[in-house]
Amino acid sequence: REPPPGTEAYIPQRFPDNRIVSSKYTFWNFIPKNLFEQFRRIANFYFLIIFLVQLIIDTPTSPVTSGLPLLFVITVTAIKQGYEDWLRHKADNAMNQCPVHFIQHGKLVRKQSRKLRVGDIVMVKEDETFPCDLIFLSSSRGDGTCFVTTASLDGESSHKTHYAVQDTKAFHSEQEIDALHATIECEQPQPDLYKFVGRINVYHDRNEPTARPLGSENLLLRGATLKNTEKIFGVAIYTGMETKMALNYQSKSQKRSAVEKSMNVFLIVYLCILISKALINTVLKYVWQSEPFRDEPWYNQKTEPERKRNQFLQAFTDFLAFMVLFNYIIPVSMYVTVEMQKFLGSYFLTWDEEMFDEDTGEGPLVNTSDLNEELGQIEYVFTDKTGTLTENNMEFVECCIEGHVYIPHVICNGIGLGPFKGQVTYYTREELFFRALCLCHTVQVKDDDNVDGLKKSQLSRRSRIYISSSPDEVALVEGIQRLGYTYLCLKDNYMEILNRENNREKFELLEVLSFDSVRRRMSVIVKSSTGDIFLFCKGADSSIFPRVKEGKIDQIRSRVERNAVEGLRTLCVAYKKLTAEEYSNAQKMLQNAKLALQDREKKLAEVYEKIERDFILLGATAVEDRLQEKAADTIEALQKAGIKVWVLTGDKMETAAATCYACKLFRRNTQILELTTKKIEEQSLHDVLFDLSKTVLRHSGSLTRDSLSGLSTDMQDYGLIIDGAALSLIMKPRQDGSSGNYRELFLEICRNCSAVLCCRMAPLQKAQIVKLIKLSKEHPITLAIGDGANDVSMILEAHVGIIGKEGRQAARNSDYAIPKFKHLKKMLLVHGHFYYVRISELVQYFFYKNVCFIFPQFLYQFFCGFSQQPLYDTAYLTLYNISFTSLPILLYSLMEQHVSADTLKREPSLDVAKNALLRWRAFIYWTFLGVFDAVVFFFGAYFLFDNTIVTSNGQMFGNWTFGTLVFTVLVFTVTLKLALDTHYWTWINHFMIWGSLLFYIVFSLLWGGIIWPFLNYQRMYYVFMQMLSSGPAWLGIILLITVSLLPDVLKKVLCRQLWPTATERIQVKIFFCVISF
Amino acid sequence: MAVNYSAKEEADGHPAGAGPGGGAATGGGGAVKTRKPDNTAFKQQRLPAWQPILTAGTVLPAFFIIGLIFIPIGIGIFVTSNNIREYEIDYTGIEPSSPCNKCLNVSWDSTPPCTCTINFTLEHSFESNVFMYYGLSNFYQNHRRYVKSRDDSQLNGDNSSLLNPSKECEPYRTNEDKPIAPCGAIANSMFNDTLELYHVENDTRTAITLIKKGIAWWTDKNVKFRNPTGDGNNLTALFQGTTKPVNWPKPVYMLDSEPDNNGFINEDFIVWMRTAALPTFRKLYRLIERKSNLQPTLQAGKYSLDITYNYPVHSFDGRKRMILSTISWMGGKNPFLGIAYITVGSICFFLGVVLLIIHHKYGNRNTSADIPN
Repeated sequence: REPPPGTEAYIPQRFPDNRIVSSKYTFWNFIPKNLFEQFRRIANFYFLIIFLVQLIIDTPTSPVTSGLPLLFVITVTAIKQGYEDWLRHKADNAMNQCPVHFIQHGKLVRKQSRKLRVGDIVMVKEDETFPCDLIFLSSSRGDGTCFVTTASLDGESSHKTHYAVQDTKAFHSEQEIDALHATIECEQPQPDLYKFVGRINVYHDRNEPTARPLGSENLLLRGATLKNTEKIFGVAIYTGMETKMALNYQSKSQKRSAVEKSMNVFLIVYLCILISKALINTVLKYVWQSEPFRDEPWYNQKTEPERKRNQFLQAFTDFLAFMVLFNYIIPVSMYVTVEMQKFLGSYFLTWDEEMFDEDTGEGPLVNTSDLNEELGQIEYVFTDKTGTLTENNMEFVECCIEGHVYIPHVICNGIGLGPFKGQVTYYTREELFFRALCLCHTVQVKDDDNVDGLKKSQLSRRSRIYISSSPDEVALVEGIQRLGYTYLCLKDNYMEILNRENNREKFELLEVLSFDSVRRRMSVIVKSSTGDIFLFCKGADSSIFPRVKEGKIDQIRSRVERNAVEGLRTLCVAYKKLTAEEYSNAQKMLQNAKLALQDREKKLAEVYEKIERDFILLGATAVEDRLQEKAADTIEALQKAGIKVWVLTGDKMETAAATCYACKLFRRNTQILELTTKKIEEQSLHDVLFDLSKTVLRHSGSLTRDSLSGLSTDMQDYGLIIDGAALSLIMKPRQDGSSGNYRELFLEICRNCSAVLCCRMAPLQKAQIVKLIKLSKEHPITLAIGDGANDVSMILEAHVGIIGKEGRQAARNSDYAIPKFKHLKKMLLVHGHFYYVRISELVQYFFYKNVCFIFPQFLYQFFCGFSQQPLYDTAYLTLYNISFTSLPILLYSLMEQHVSADTLKREPSLDVAKNALLRWRAFIYWTFLGVFDAVVFFFGAYFLFDNTIVTSNGQMFGNWTFGTLVFTVLVFTVTLKLALDTHYWTWINHFMIWGSLLFYIVFSLLWGGIIWPFLNYQRMYYVFMQMLSSGPAWLGIILLITVSLLPDVLKKVLCRQLWPTATERIQVKIFFCVISF
Repeated sequence: MAVNYSAKEEADGHPAGAGPGGGAATGGGGAVKTRKPDNTAFKQQRLPAWQPILTAGTVLPAFFIIGLIFIPIGIGIFVTSNNIREYEIDYTGIEPSSPCNKCLNVSWDSTPPCTCTINFTLEHSFESNVFMYYGLSNFYQNHRRYVKSRDDSQLNGDNSSLLNPSKECEPYRTNEDKPIAPCGAIANSMFNDTLELYHVENDTRTAITLIKKGIAWWTDKNVKFRNPTGDGNNLTALFQGTTKPVNWPKPVYMLDSEPDNNGFINEDFIVWMRTAALPTFRKLYRLIERKSNLQPTLQAGKYSLDITYNYPVHSFDGRKRMILSTISWMGGKNPFLGIAYITVGSICFFLGVVLLIIHHKYGNRNTSADIPN
């Protein structure tokens, strides 16, 4: 919309249209772009190189053997990604084409959303989502407000209030809106959802434009939903990819699990093995060939070009050929299988009935299946308190006015307020207290005629429903209602309340100094009907008490502390009376600050600081937040499993500590160590830290002595409480460069504490703590669980982030979402454990089976003149990893339960911590087992075939029969090895294991049974049948399988008998229980 | 194995195996968000399962059983193998004393062919059918360049491949611009010594009938190898336009006089074309059938072997052997299998005993008292 002439030069800016493009590909660029993306993965690139080498040089195996699996992998991935992108296209289209109501020339027009341009005026109706970022002009509500849920943006499902621009909020019809002339200046698009500064200049006919500040309260974000408001008008300011929602789509960092990291290390080891194998063979080949009669005997001459080829080039080609021959040691299919295992395995989590919450009708949600196994590796759990450990379902318990306690339900029983009534000195304060609670909030009232299905529905029996972004406020207003003061509504900036005598009182709302987590308080300035101007403030005790100059501070403080110890959330209420002059000063300052385009936050904070002082303390309130069911049980189980639980909360120490006791994070015998601001004020930080570490270390020293002498088994628990200020002191780098000292000391203390409580944490500090632990020298695996926007930073920081209850859609920041805290127990102790055990076996087994597969080929080179002759037929080389041995391990990695889920819940501490199953020892054992088996296969077959006759009709077998024999033993051995490892044989396992062996036999019969018309070789013709017709071959196969499996069985039995692990003990115990019943 | 079949408690009473198969794993995910997950045994990971564990107690019997089965099998194989008569002569002629020494440096096209005779004595008679093999050592039939140097479609009688052999046959693909049939290094280097066996009794030499049919796999002879097809059965005409392999004295259609053993389906040729797995190998050459039930196939006594020495092996340090062997149900003489079976059986038995001791010594500790918690 063109500004009227006379404004400063307007530089037209190019704004994007309102299309949201979340898709990555178009129809045309899909194939090249997708291929490029896929080959950027190092593994795919490696296989591509191998494939190209096979195409270019003369290699022992046909390019099909590596091309086909690669093609398979690439195709499957491309289809998956294409499908996902198609879904995104569909979603984009649906979004871009959904109809939007525009105002055009005073009329309402329906258009597709993508045609929206910056500056268009849009009408949005109730329950519609905003099509782009809008400046809120006017609403159907008289007071120019609307309610919005931003559940799909930040996960907060509560209703937030947004305010229309003052000058335009009166425009209610299309024509009025259309007549509006205004320009908007705003900052460049930025992703922060909660920050917006701008200015609107409204032009009235010929007057000077009026400038109004715009803040995030005027901004309606794309993706948010309009609630409880019939319709609103807004002007589009950010469209399409510039909306805050679109800007927030990007930049979610990839988390890699510990298993994946060890897998990559193993891969590098195998790559080294592969290269050294190829090198050894190349060198030996040239040593062996140095005699011409070996290089080129008369019966096997080279072609002319071969003879003329450069020696070094030839050697290099030979090296590559050996690489190609042995490249199967790093199988393509491992990546596919691991991905499939993770993807399919995560369904078991979402399917789990026990983790389904009947109340909300929600089950767990898996956002990334990459971290499944990490769930079983968690060493530290960082949990938020409010809403995660507790219900976040507030109940007003009591209030304390001037040191006298009022309990709502007592009053409901008609006892009344008792002795204080009529005492004039208290009367005003008491009255003021209730008024303060009635007025100082941002609660909205919703009449109950159109109750929606929100969680507030339990309140519908009351005449009105209160809606607020903070459950505390709702609880307070409701509590006050029970005490006789009812907040009615906010109408035209007048707040109406119904007092105990059922008289309506009207207060003009002058200013709201809204709540923020740094100030930890909020204030309102109201004008009573008598013309007195009051400032009411409520907030955390720590932020109120220093600003109080009058009132019964000591009594109230003691009450507040008592309540906090009981785990109640406390708020203090104070007021001050403003003179008209003071008020106009304050108003001016506020107005200036709000209008500032730069540093508005900072300036506002300064102004607030100036205004909110010299309070008169009125009283305090206490609100109870109940613990979630089974929170204590869950924490106990986690601690039993050796997981350290840290509670990170913004609450004050006493409240948080009480909650910790209630949920058994701290027990009765836990010795509490405090590292708080108070203590640091008494001693220096240095001394406190050293004292604490001395205490802790002495204990741990005595513990080892005790355990040695076997005297004492009950150990002293330590619990640490630290607050935000102390933490920032510890984290602060010191000038002398010894900053590491305190951190190390702090970590040392933490390590020896079974539980840590961090209170008074800012959101960023939460992330800082997580990072500190994550990067400490043991590199433990961390998990953060929280429910609100303030936990997102720590959730992103931790290895695994979990979002509970509230943040349904904000779960996109999390890796997993679970309905309730109690579900964490099963998730970590059962599912995580299973995932870890399964995937570690999967990884080890894959390496094992490929060592078994390739090592005989390596040995065969010594007997075929290092000529790169493959031992197995092409079909076997190709299909070994794809079909003969892939399904049983995939199934194993989906279904295996080495102990039952119930046992895991009962005995959580079963040795998988610290990536135990993928340590070097295990890896080397598997590799050596693979090499041993390979040696058995090869030399077994060698001695069976060496210069003798193995058929009963005297005919001879050739090299392909030799290879087929080795391959048969190989397939049977690796499959049976898996069968030996399987502890949980369902019918599906039986089906897969025996099925894939049967498939191998059927395939071999078929492959050898026909002269295949399109192949240029028929080397496998009847080889398999001929082999099976020979007695010694059968005997040899049985013998070799037995010998290869023997050491593993022996190792298993001996280890179980002599050095049983915890898991094995449990298995035996269960086993004997079953036997004996 | 343990007999621990614990059908885990199934709340829903689904019969065993009622869980949806693998298909459900991929299909059912999308709708889960909104509604309660199905309470099926599969989805709840509660499928009834057999949960065996390998303990000393359960493995012990297995070890003893393996021991008890393997040792007799091994003894059986060993005895059978020892009863097999095998006689082997190296006729390379490396030693100057050998009658074939004169032929040592023979070349392909020496005319007349070098012949030599080796006399030998069989100490024991060969009772059943005797199989006559030639053996080559240090001959890399499994060299990659060699193995792939053939054209299976040509050998299968494909006419276009006959005249245009595969590139793999290089450098034995064409000779003087004519396609070689059969092409490739394998065919080119076909073993062409002739061995004849005589029984020497009182200075009279009786020729022993050597049967040259039935030495190749039946499927090879009848399916995999075929002569090219065309008008009539005249192989000379059918192989028109091709030339013989460089080293061959005669073209392929003159390998044998009998039409069903000539051309590509010549059994000596087929046997040679099945490349051996290891550099020391033997190939079936002739069969000696037992004539009557009264007489052994080969009596103990003096024999002489007439060799038409065409095949040069000295250049690559190779050896040539002639082997006479009887065959049992488990093939020729092979002590390895029997010994291996006996060894493995004994080891299993021994391990069984060790495990038994361990089980008794440590077993109780494990099962009852020492379980933590």
